[in-house]
Amino acid sequence: MSTPALAISTLSKSFDRKVVDALDLTVRAGEFYALLGPNGAGKTTILRMVAGLLQPDAGDISIFGIDARRDPLAAKRIVAWVSDEPMVYDRLTPLEYLEFVAGLWQIDAATAQAKANELIDWLGLSPHANELCGGFSKGMLQKVALAGALVHDPRLIILDEPLTGLDAGSARQVKDVLLGKVRDGVTVIMTTHILEVAERMAERIGVIAGGQLIAEGTLGELRARIGKQSSLEDIFLDLVAHGAAAA
Amino acid sequence: MSIAPASFGWFVRHELNLAWREWIAMMTGGRRARGIGLAVFLAAVTVVLHLMAFGLVLPWVKSGIVADKTTLVMLTGTGMLFWTVMLSQALESVTRVYYARSDLDLILSSPASSRKLFAVRTSSVALTTIVLTGMLASPLINMLVFLDGPHWLAAYGVLAGLGALSTAIALTITMALFRFVGPKRTRLIAQIVAALVGAGFVIGVQAAAILHYGNMSRFALFQSADLVASAPALGSPLWLPAQAAMGDWPALALVLVTGLGTLLLTIALTASSFGHHAISAAGLNHIRSQRRPSRRAFRSGSQRHVLRLKEWRLLQRDPWLLSQTLMQILYLVPPALLLWMNFGDSAGALVVVVPVLVMAAGQLAGGLSWLAISGEDAHDLVVTAPVHPRTVLRAKIEAVLIVIAIVLLPLLALMALTSPYAALVTAFCATLSAGSATAIQLWFRVAAKRSMFRRRQVASRAATLSEAFASIMWAGTGALLVAQPWLAVGPAIVAVLVLLLAKLISPRRNP
Repeated sequence: MSTPALAISTLSKSFDRKVVDALDLTVRAGEFYALLGPNGAGKTTILRMVAGLLQPDAGDISIFGIDARRDPLAAKRIVAWVSDEPMVYDRLTPLEYLEFVAGLWQIDAATAQAKANELIDWLGLSPHANELCGGFSKGMLQKVALAGALVHDPRLIILDEPLTGLDAGSARQVKDVLLGKVRDGVTVIMTTHILEVAERMAERIGVIAGGQLIAEGTLGELRARIGKQSSLEDIFLDLVAHGAAAA
Repeated sequence: MSIAPASFGWFVRHELNLAWREWIAMMTGGRRARGIGLAVFLAAVTVVLHLMAFGLVLPWVKSGIVADKTTLVMLTGTGMLFWTVMLSQALESVTRVYYARSDLDLILSSPASSRKLFAVRTSSVALTTIVLTGMLASPLINMLVFLDGPHWLAAYGVLAGLGALSTAIALTITMALFRFVGPKRTRLIAQIVAALVGAGFVIGVQAAAILHYGNMSRFALFQSADLVASAPALGSPLWLPAQAAMGDWPALALVLVTGLGTLLLTIALTASSFGHHAISAAGLNHIRSQRRPSRRAFRSGSQRHVLRLKEWRLLQRDPWLLSQTLMQILYLVPPALLLWMNFGDSAGALVVVVPVLVMAAGQLAGGLSWLAISGEDAHDLVVTAPVHPRTVLRAKIEAVLIVIAIVLLPLLALMALTSPYAALVTAFCATLSAGSATAIQLWFRVAAKRSMFRRRQVASRAATLSEAFASIMWAGTGALLVAQPWLAVGPAIVAVLVLLLAKLISPRRNP
């Protein structure tokens, strides 16, 4: 069996209450994995710990076999993080932003420039490549952030609600880019509240509630688990309700 | 008693409510204990300022205050200092009335009258301007009331009249800018004008004092026989505010009527266009700034270089910061002038210049460090990048210190021609001052947006106070190293203690 893209074991995090509770989770290399859960379930906290934005209280995180807690820089080299609030500098142009990101990941300048131009083109940002990001719409900013995530060719892309607030056209572009990356062998982990997106795009779905993984599998496996032919929305609500009752 | 919704009184209540909560939040940061500490601190500052004012006013009162030309020149000159601060503050606030969004979109999209809102907001600008300047001037006025008599209470009335007049002028300037340069540039130009007005008069008076009398005292200029002799006769309307402040009631009535009348007239004339200009200002959020198409190739560099370059690019493209930096650089003009006047002379005058430069370095470093360290708009990106956090911090600190060095080096070079020792001391103490301010910003760093720069003090009063005290102490160290080197140990020890205390009370961080 090949090394998993992400292997989390007994991961825990508390703030004023336990947010992630001894979580075990494995994502295979090259798969599209959707993480679902109600608000406050702990999805974002889990992903922020994986991306190195939060320190876990306990547990292990392994990214393609690299211990992310022991060697965070090595792990970060192959990971990209995109949040629901695109964090882009108002006073840089998309090209300058991508040059900055490439510099942080120490990508060779010529390679970075070719890649940046390709991404700008691919995401339909060419007419705006030399405009300051300050006046961009949410969709455009999200595309710039996505381009930043892809410019260093990550092996694992983590996205936290990347489609929030995007119009249909921008959402389609982002989804196409992600599916294209998965076809190229990149692993994508994404949280979303849009269940149709998870239903259509994800190969496997994990459902988080109360900081624990309460169900995991393909859509078919989840259906089989609750024993009826339903939409993902019905399955999700059923699982969360059972999870809450069990807690 | 209930107030009709969307009426003038209703808007007043809404504004007062918001202003009060904002002020409380700004002062306490949401913590009651901090509020109590702050109240104690403010009380102590008030007492100290009143004692200082007592020392200033007492000799004047003892020699007998008469309404002659010398007194009127002195009062008018001092009044002008306060008035330029008022005008600068009013201009900055009036611009915000048009550009700050918060609830403006909601109100402008409602059927409520935008004229009423405008009248309330500009009146509150006038009120805030009067109160702030009143707080600045109150120690002097209170001591004059205490030592010379209650007729000096009329000075508060003069402040009210001048505050209203400042707001009216600020409104007129803003409207003219909207008309002639458009909403896109109005804010930046208004901020620069505000900075120039705020600093310009003080600097101009100091420059004149240096050129004529070889020292930095504004009061030396106001008391000079030449100025008094060339001033208009006693009956001139120029002296009305000063005469009003001394308790001439008809003069006070005239100042109040002129100030308030001008404000009311300006509001009446400009209110109708408020909605239009505010909407055009709002539209700026959707206008994209086209830069020249960049044909240059991406450049390779170390991670530190890439981070420094990003910081410099962002600093260079921040108009508000540029106007603030311009003001701080303007304050360096008088010491530079003093240097020039004393070129080739003894190092005596440098005792004044050294601390000014050291203070300026500390202040500039504090602001820039906050922007570089805390005001990181793409915090997640930088944290998730394969860069060691130490490398990130080092690059950001380097970016700040290099900017400070670029600003100070020409002045230090000039100083070195006069006194190499003083230049060396200034460079040493300015480095310590800038380093201390940067270290304090590092210890108290928060994850914030650059747009919160204006409110950075709110995040931590302790950081602001430590930064100011450390700069003052390093400035004192510098001055004493030039004048009485062995005495410099005192302020240097206090500066180190301030830093240790700041480190001790700074928030604990995960390793």
